[in-house]
Amino acid sequence: MSTTAIEQLQLSRQNSDRLGDVMVVGAGISGIQAALDLAETGFRVYLVEKAPAIGGKMSQLDKTFPSNDCSMCIESPKFIECSRHPNIEILTTTEILRVEESDEGDFQITLNRKPRYVIEDRCTGCTTCVEFCPAQMPDPYNQRLNLTKAIHIQFSQATPLVTYIDPEHCFYLKDERCQICVGVCKHNAIDLHQKPQRRTVTVGSVVLAPGFETFDPALRGDFGYGRFKNVVTSLEFERMISATGPGAGHVLRPSDSKHPHRIAWVQCVGSRQVIPGGNSYCSSVCCSYTQKQVILAKDHLPELNATVFHNDIRAFSKDFERYYQRASGLSDVRFIRSYTSVGRELPGSDNVTIRYATDEDGVKEEEFDLVVLSVGLNPPKDAKDLAAKFGIELNAHGFCKTNPMNPIETTRPGVFASGAFFGPADIPESVWSASGASALCGTVLAARRGKLSREREYPEERDVSKEEPKVGVFVCHCGANIGRVVNVPSVVEYAKGLKNVVHAQESLFACSTDNAQQISDVIREKGLNRVVIAACSPRTLEPLFRDTVREGGINQYFMDMANIREHCSWVHSKEKDAATQKAKEIVSMSVARTSLLEPLSEIELPINKSVLIIGGGVAGMNAALTMASQGFEVSLVEKDKDLGGMARRIHYTLEGTDVQAYVKEMSQQVYRNPQIRVITEAVIEEVSGYVGNFVTKVRAQKRLREVKHGAAIIAIGAQEYQPTEHLYGLHTGVLTQLELEGRIAASEPAVTGAEGVVMIQCVGCRNKERNYCARVCCSQAIKNALKLKEQKPEREVTIVYRDMRTYGYRENYYREAASKGVRFVRFTPEHEPVVAPIREGGKEQLRVTVFDPILGQPLALDTDLVALSAAVVPSASAQQISRLFKVPLSPDGFFLEAHVKLRPVDFSAEGVFLCGTAHYPKHIGETISQSCGAAGRAIATLSQDAVIATGAICDVKEDACVACGACISACAYDAIDFVETAHGKKAHVNPILCKGDGLCNSKCPTKAIFLNHFTDEEIFAQIDAA
Amino acid sequence: MAIPENFRPKILGFLCNWCSYAGADLCGTSRYQYPPSLRIIRMMCSGRMDLDFVLRALSNGNDGVFIGGCWLGECHYVTEGNYDALSVLHLAKKLLAKVGINPARIRLEWVSASQGNRFAEVVTEFTNELTTLGPLGEGEGIDPATLKLKLDAVARLLPYIKLVEREKIRVRFENKEEYAEFFDSPALNALFDTTIADKLAISQILGLLHERQRSTREIADTLNMPISEVTERLKDSSRQKLVRFDEAEKCYALA
Repeated sequence: MSTTAIEQLQLSRQNSDRLGDVMVVGAGISGIQAALDLAETGFRVYLVEKAPAIGGKMSQLDKTFPSNDCSMCIESPKFIECSRHPNIEILTTTEILRVEESDEGDFQITLNRKPRYVIEDRCTGCTTCVEFCPAQMPDPYNQRLNLTKAIHIQFSQATPLVTYIDPEHCFYLKDERCQICVGVCKHNAIDLHQKPQRRTVTVGSVVLAPGFETFDPALRGDFGYGRFKNVVTSLEFERMISATGPGAGHVLRPSDSKHPHRIAWVQCVGSRQVIPGGNSYCSSVCCSYTQKQVILAKDHLPELNATVFHNDIRAFSKDFERYYQRASGLSDVRFIRSYTSVGRELPGSDNVTIRYATDEDGVKEEEFDLVVLSVGLNPPKDAKDLAAKFGIELNAHGFCKTNPMNPIETTRPGVFASGAFFGPADIPESVWSASGASALCGTVLAARRGKLSREREYPEERDVSKEEPKVGVFVCHCGANIGRVVNVPSVVEYAKGLKNVVHAQESLFACSTDNAQQISDVIREKGLNRVVIAACSPRTLEPLFRDTVREGGINQYFMDMANIREHCSWVHSKEKDAATQKAKEIVSMSVARTSLLEPLSEIELPINKSVLIIGGGVAGMNAALTMASQGFEVSLVEKDKDLGGMARRIHYTLEGTDVQAYVKEMSQQVYRNPQIRVITEAVIEEVSGYVGNFVTKVRAQKRLREVKHGAAIIAIGAQEYQPTEHLYGLHTGVLTQLELEGRIAASEPAVTGAEGVVMIQCVGCRNKERNYCARVCCSQAIKNALKLKEQKPEREVTIVYRDMRTYGYRENYYREAASKGVRFVRFTPEHEPVVAPIREGGKEQLRVTVFDPILGQPLALDTDLVALSAAVVPSASAQQISRLFKVPLSPDGFFLEAHVKLRPVDFSAEGVFLCGTAHYPKHIGETISQSCGAAGRAIATLSQDAVIATGAICDVKEDACVACGACISACAYDAIDFVETAHGKKAHVNPILCKGDGLCNSKCPTKAIFLNHFTDEEIFAQIDAA
Repeated sequence: MAIPENFRPKILGFLCNWCSYAGADLCGTSRYQYPPSLRIIRMMCSGRMDLDFVLRALSNGNDGVFIGGCWLGECHYVTEGNYDALSVLHLAKKLLAKVGINPARIRLEWVSASQGNRFAEVVTEFTNELTTLGPLGEGEGIDPATLKLKLDAVARLLPYIKLVEREKIRVRFENKEEYAEFFDSPALNALFDTTIADKLAISQILGLLHERQRSTREIADTLNMPISEVTERLKDSSRQKLVRFDEAEKCYALA
């Protein structure tokens, strides 16, 4: 097993005096997350990206399913985190040239940094050069749907926010014709003679996160793509519906820039195909992203007729089933299960016809204004090159070959894969595998943690308590984003006249590095003690500007952002005067509030560097081993007598791994590890404390013990649904899939002798009671079907299904099953299959009657055994654990993570993490990678020296407190207690437990308890100034 | 009432950081347009919304108050302050109605971080509604001085109202409709009348007498209150030695 390989690597490196750095190759969401986790954990990271900006494919998405979060809005704060992290060095326009192994087993990597032709430190991102540049080129960010200039910024939130010159299109770089940009740049930032730079760095470990390419339908001209103007790919459509896309928020079709009224989506373009040029696997994400696009398109164009031509609908992940229902339930939206072919482009209208066939109506041809091809995911273009350089293998599909039991491990120890490099993956999986890769890097480099990491140093904070408020106002143009609508100079003049304002100025991009520096300088020079940044939303850049004022030597809470972009210039773009007036009012409110702001300190508390893991299944054991190998103390709590959880009932995986042997080896490793304390037959009775300092009472074998820990990982798994349908429990021939698997493994005669087996899918889920897909059952059925066929090829095996959801590489096994004679019969929920005992020819059998939608009539399947693919349901103890740790459950009863996309293993409650089937049903490989991810996040927390709690929390003016308890009864965090004082009982806030929502503040009849940074006085000041 | 020409209502919005403020941000990012009537105050949670803020906003010439929070069940905090925001909304509506201010001037909407479009819609809708209601006070036929007096009268009672809320009206329902039903129920109305309404009337009368002494009729006319109620409240207040009857002037004055 490759953990052994890692162990060897650890041993061989223990005495080497080596650097503790990691290189992350690829700065999409996965690479970014890996870099952030590694940096937080105390490693120096090189984040290498070949594009001019970080962000990857996620930055091109309009929204993300199933929450419809704005993709850029949730990703861009991570760009800023990366660029500001002292342990991360971002290297854009950079490629890997060479990788050599040093004697100590380190990687010596030679990088080639291609010229950007712009000096990063000097460019302010003002885009004046872009305005003047005469050379146009198709905009790569918008999938070449519109034009940009040869000098451009990839997208407006790009990191680094500096321009880049495309050498293919620049007139000077092509034939020395023009140097306009050099002339107009006030910062001398343009260097048309920049040369590539080489650099060799030594790192101890590597994370490969190069992502994926979308399938290119132009190569084969699929569905007329490339020939017909109104056939676009889904990624192109994603740009078309985006506010930052070519239509600036208007969905306009390419041929005539008109709103399309009839749009067709064609699924599985390039996926689930064995014909040349196609990919045999399922790309996993297309069903859901198409549903997203349907929802968004209907939002833009309420009258739209949307048609999706699909094969199986693979809504297999958390909340996907509801999302599918949401999309398909919209008016004028049709989901049609049919193969399709494109017809022709109609002269005049440029509309496109599509031919398809339905069970009811046979073959039809229909006209559409726009056709969107839901293209699949291909390996990254440079996969082969990367693999050769890093000495790793690729799989048959050209993606990274990984350990089937842990998709993060490549074939070379010390090199890890994260994100879609190991195969089609959605954003959450890309994120948790990134955290997992970070954790596994740690297992190689643990001894070196913190050696090279840097911390930011800030100037000493000035005491301003004796000073009158001296407010500085910085009004940002945000390029033209604000300045085009709001008259910025007049806002500056207005601000100068406001009470307490001693300085006001304009700023082109307040957030650019040199502008931020300038703000810090002005604070010092003018002796400012309060700062108002009139710019964008504090939700994105507040951390940056807090830092800026801190650099200026004053408390970081002496800053307020007046949001004159999202809340003003962008929403009143046609009313310039009114918008300017409103901007003035917003600034006035902010100045009034800022004058009253108080300095606040963030509280630091020591961290107990140990973790409590609840659940000793595959997820819990993996998380335990990953953390223990890096020196963290682990308490592993299991409710049963033995470790292994649900995996003890699983014997083999679809890929052929012997699960029992795996579980046995894992549990031995766990028991042998001196860092891990295993507590079996345990029940958790009480949890108190907070991140860094939890105290949990565990009862085991009648003994109650107290475990002190800094973090917790919930890995309590899930369980199999006990069917009440299809004669289960009433007839011995009806089994669940897990029971069938056990009997196959035990070679029980009832199974070995069976001539026929019928499997029924979706038993106990995808229904009203459990409105979700249990994700694993289709693959499980295929797995057992293949096993049954392997044992006895002539045996009749039929799978009765609704949609076969064998996503990713599992599709290959589905195809294999079909080729081996496994029969697939589809049913719809209106016609549930019926199981009945029969006696025929003196033989007791079972008859499964299915209404076949293709034949349009019932089909009777006589069989010896019926295997029910019973749903995976939440663990019986989920509710109790949820209550004890104060973490939420989703409507389906699984644990609800902090954010479905970007914080898939975190809870909103800090210091508590999640992995495995407690999160949602998943396969063993996915569980393992997620458990590494949870371990990685827990390590990132426990590697900190202290827990830092925000200063914007509640406090009590004791003399005003009448001890009525109104605050205590309102605070669900139990952050408020009564304490005895010299003047009697008074409310007291525990600053670590207080989360700063301020409910208590509004409940207090005497205004004794108050929320810092949002006090009544501060809010009144805003109200009065409005 | 004639609505002044070109009347553009002023709205003060209180938005929670995690959903509505983010939704307003997304609205901007997506370039959805809405009238420039709204100015926004960011709070971490709509549970921070205080009755005081409503009164202060209306006292300061705003024509409407908007509260934006996360959808029920989606609050970022374990405290689920958005449920409490609903109670604040209904209490505010009741108090405003009691002093003759149109309760439609305060509005609460759930807007999630992904509902940029919805944010534009609700702001536009609320702006339109307030435009038809006319300027605060003018729309109600209350002169500015009396309006101020009435709002101050409510504000003075807030500590007491908060205690009543804690003791009698701290409720938790599943949805908006149930809240509306509860706050409109005869039981709640009776409770409101017995615990708050009389004190509110007295608070207004005392506010008025603070300026100068006045006759019963004068008080009733200014406050637009039935003369019988004024008489009743004055009797109570005399008993509590809050006011006294000036025999010479035939007027009531502060005691």
